[in-house]
Amino acid sequence: METQHIHEIYDAAVVGAGHAGVEAALACARLGLKTIMFTVSVDSIAMMPCNPNIGGSSKGHLVCELDALGGEMGRNIDKTWIQSRMLNESKGPAVHSLRAQADKQDYIRSMRKTLENTPGLTIRQAEVAEICVEDGKVTGVKTVSGAFYECPRAILCTGVYLKARCIFGDVSEYTGPNGLKAANHLTASLIDLGIPVKRFKTGTPARVDGRTVDFSKMQVQHGDPFVRPFSLSNEPEDIDKPQVDCYLTYTNEETHQIIRENISRSPLFSGTIEGTGPRYCPSIEDKVMKFPDKDRHQIFVEPEGLYTNEVYLSGMSSSMPEDVQYRMIRTMAGFEHASIVRNAYAIEYDCIDATVLKATLEFKEIRGLYSAGQINGSSGYEEAAVQGLMAGINASLSLKGRKEVVLDRSQAYIGVLIDDLVTKESAEPYRMMTSRAEYRLLLRQDNADLRLCEIGHDIGLLTEEDYQAFLLRKQQIEEETKRMETTFVGATEKTNTFLAAHGSDPLKEGHGITLAELIKRPELDYEVLSELDPLRPELSWRVKEQVNIGLKYEGYIKRQMIQVEQFKKLENREIPADLDYTPLKGLRIEAKQKLMKIRPANIGQAGRISGVSPADVNVLLVYLEQYNKTHQ
Amino acid sequence: MQNDTIAAIATGLTASGIGIVRMSGPESFSVISRIFTRKDGTPGDFSRPGRIHYGFVNVSRETSDEVLVMNMKAPHSYTGEDTIEIDCHGGPLMMKRVLEAVLSAGARLAESGEFTKRAFLNGRIDLAQAEAVIDVINAKNDDSIKASTSQLKGSVSKKVGELREKLIRSCAYIEAALDDPEHYDLTGYAEELLPILTEILSELEKLIASYRYGKVVKEGINTCILGKPNAGKSSLLNALLGEERAIVTNIPGTTRDAIRESITFDGLTLNIIDTAGVRETEDTVEKIGVEMAYRFAENADLILYVIDSSAPQDDSDRMIMDFIEKKGLKAICLYNKCDLDPAGTKNPENVSRETLRVSTVTGEGIDKLMNKIRDMFVDGSVRLNDQVVITTERHVELLKKAAASVKNAVSSVESGMPEDFWTIDLMDAYTALGLITGQETGEDLINRIFSEFCMGK
Repeated sequence: METQHIHEIYDAAVVGAGHAGVEAALACARLGLKTIMFTVSVDSIAMMPCNPNIGGSSKGHLVCELDALGGEMGRNIDKTWIQSRMLNESKGPAVHSLRAQADKQDYIRSMRKTLENTPGLTIRQAEVAEICVEDGKVTGVKTVSGAFYECPRAILCTGVYLKARCIFGDVSEYTGPNGLKAANHLTASLIDLGIPVKRFKTGTPARVDGRTVDFSKMQVQHGDPFVRPFSLSNEPEDIDKPQVDCYLTYTNEETHQIIRENISRSPLFSGTIEGTGPRYCPSIEDKVMKFPDKDRHQIFVEPEGLYTNEVYLSGMSSSMPEDVQYRMIRTMAGFEHASIVRNAYAIEYDCIDATVLKATLEFKEIRGLYSAGQINGSSGYEEAAVQGLMAGINASLSLKGRKEVVLDRSQAYIGVLIDDLVTKESAEPYRMMTSRAEYRLLLRQDNADLRLCEIGHDIGLLTEEDYQAFLLRKQQIEEETKRMETTFVGATEKTNTFLAAHGSDPLKEGHGITLAELIKRPELDYEVLSELDPLRPELSWRVKEQVNIGLKYEGYIKRQMIQVEQFKKLENREIPADLDYTPLKGLRIEAKQKLMKIRPANIGQAGRISGVSPADVNVLLVYLEQYNKTHQ
Repeated sequence: MQNDTIAAIATGLTASGIGIVRMSGPESFSVISRIFTRKDGTPGDFSRPGRIHYGFVNVSRETSDEVLVMNMKAPHSYTGEDTIEIDCHGGPLMMKRVLEAVLSAGARLAESGEFTKRAFLNGRIDLAQAEAVIDVINAKNDDSIKASTSQLKGSVSKKVGELREKLIRSCAYIEAALDDPEHYDLTGYAEELLPILTEILSELEKLIASYRYGKVVKEGINTCILGKPNAGKSSLLNALLGEERAIVTNIPGTTRDAIRESITFDGLTLNIIDTAGVRETEDTVEKIGVEMAYRFAENADLILYVIDSSAPQDDSDRMIMDFIEKKGLKAICLYNKCDLDPAGTKNPENVSRETLRVSTVTGEGIDKLMNKIRDMFVDGSVRLNDQVVITTERHVELLKKAAASVKNAVSSVESGMPEDFWTIDLMDAYTALGLITGQETGEDLINRIFSEFCMGK
């Protein structure tokens, strides 16, 4: 009897339902595509297999940007957070980063509810085994059961599941995180399509039973009293709730001693693990070996949710054998009697060399196939989510014949992230960091709306309500800034008494000054100056914050904008997609090979390719000049 | 970019014993083969590089020139390409004929600066070195040669590279601490950073200051001779020149136009502008001359103010003195005709200014003048052999930009701005310095520089 295979027709298929997959699927469905999202387990949709929080340094920026474009992560964490803090508040506003602890189960359930109630979105538990391509175009995806889902757009969001292997000590299992089924078939299909595949690894710390931990021996970490939402659609009072505490403890000499004595049993050092791990999210054994002078390392103890006693030991990811894990954890203050619920482990997985992607996240050689998240060599929920969103957006826009959206490095951390992924061949999982953003002061999380809401609206993902609120906010910021710049304060006794009270130099007689000038003084700010500003209008906290930052750091912001102008000049020098590099003399061989492989879209991107030196860029510039003359 | 083969006359187009026609590019060897014959009429063999071939280049059907041909194989040449140099006879006409022969055999006439451009693009020299090439060619005096050859060897690039290294190290530490505050601590880093920045700043300022000397060395000192009619300005010029070029008469107001001359003396070049005499006048034509004199004086690096020491000071003298004071100009007061007033009593010297008693008739004091100028313009601490001297305006502008950025960073640190603000300006400084050597890519930098390059090199 002939086998009858399922055959269904969609606009887009999303392979995977982690943080990248859900954003991609939601973006496609919301932009009107008939979308199907595949997952190896419906229960693991939007799962947080590692840290129980969203945001943090530079990742908070990503979430705010995603929200301004109309993504879901910000809204979802606003619904399911259990503690919230603004990190780096002692530093400049560019590096302030919001981080919220999540109730992991609540986060999953809430996201699943959103997905299940999105029109045009089908959720399917099945393992995709093959991407079908004809004439360089995606035609559909096939599952292991042989079912064929015909679709002109497919987005790979496979996370760490491709040929996943979990390892601790000498124990190794071919599963995804938390014992979930690995996806063992798709890699072969990708290789058949000519996509270069490599192996990365990452890791997670142990989870400990909170009842066996003595929190009184640790430093308590409360949430902030004033909680900011991630999403522009929320106000602080909408999301306010009682918060749980986190704790801080430290490793010590004894912990390090145990690690050093057993280092040969670590699969990382013994060579069992072949994948490359993230330098910026090192395991505790890495840290002990890398910083021999440090007599302790911070370990943050974070609840996994309200539903469980399990706590997460942030900073202690490891792949040491089980017995060593017990011994090292029990050396720490408060953990003397700890019992482990889940072991720490390292996980190895297949991912692609993302330089085969365009900045739209579409494969250069396969029309309609996009790729997002950890499969692209990134690490982290937020990094995955923003890629999923952009891939979903671009898959939808291109299907509708609209211009795809590429954010550049001066517009968003998302732009920095994707540009880095598709330009620089990363040898390790890529983690977002503030130092990767050259124009950091312009890319603050507090102004994500000013940077991106217009784009989100054009795309069609930002709700009308959020867009109107944004327009009003923008207008108020402009008007209030102008008012501050034109409101003079006289050198009166009242003014000088006020200034003296705030440790600020008095005004000289007859030398009035604008409020905007006063804001620039380090000891003053917008809020404080209300005393000298009787005509101040009622404004929302977001508007006030923008006015304050915009005026206070005006000089720096202007200087950074000049940097951006220079940057744009090189970004705007486009390189023809079919440029023939072979006759280009003067290029070093390595540079020529890299340029031919990556085929940068412009001179700016060319200069960021590792292995392409400024001298090579100069050669390219001169050549382009000649090329343009002869091809006009 | 398959480079074509270019050629140009490498030596000046003036009559000289030997002229060089240079050719660079992949076809160089075959082009020379087409026009070169050995003494015995056989063709030359250019397959082996680094040889000198004696023979003839046919410049027309009847004429040939006796030449020496040198062949250099890529990448071992100035441009990094196959290169041919033809030593021919140095008459302008013969050089042109040889060049024409080369061009008609398949080479293309090089654009201005194209050889150096190729050397740069082929990675033989960096940007600062490429600029130094031009300086070497245009060098007017020994010091200028010294400064530019030192730059050609990479002295500026090296210095700038060191400063960049210091900047990036500080930035990297700050950035690392922002991303990994647990392991990289910024507590107290301000105290560590400030002396580093102060040192960088003083290095930058030293380089910027060297430009004053570098410019003087390279371009000469724009010197304006100022004084009342008949004070002896033109005589001074003549005395300096050692020849009768300017008109010297006793009728006040003859020199209405500015006269320019260039004189090189002990490594320093003075570009001298002799002006019309300055006095209160009703004569329209003369008035224009006076105004012009002031305008020249204002833009000059140095004013030689000539005073007639045999006559008492009057309003015109005071007017000139006031002008110099008010504009803050660098000036030397020359008490001329000191031979007519050996006691120096008729017109006592103004002790608040640099003064010198001279006589253009007897030549007294003229040699001292040159020493005085050198003292004024050449900082005693500037020694070409051990200090990097900046001679290019583009470099000094970028150095100034870098210094301004470092100053901004210092004030950010001092005013207690958070660490993440410091790097904004430090990176600006880093970028500006990188533009000097071409380690950073500036958009229209390349074209601007090459347009300034002269023909043949």
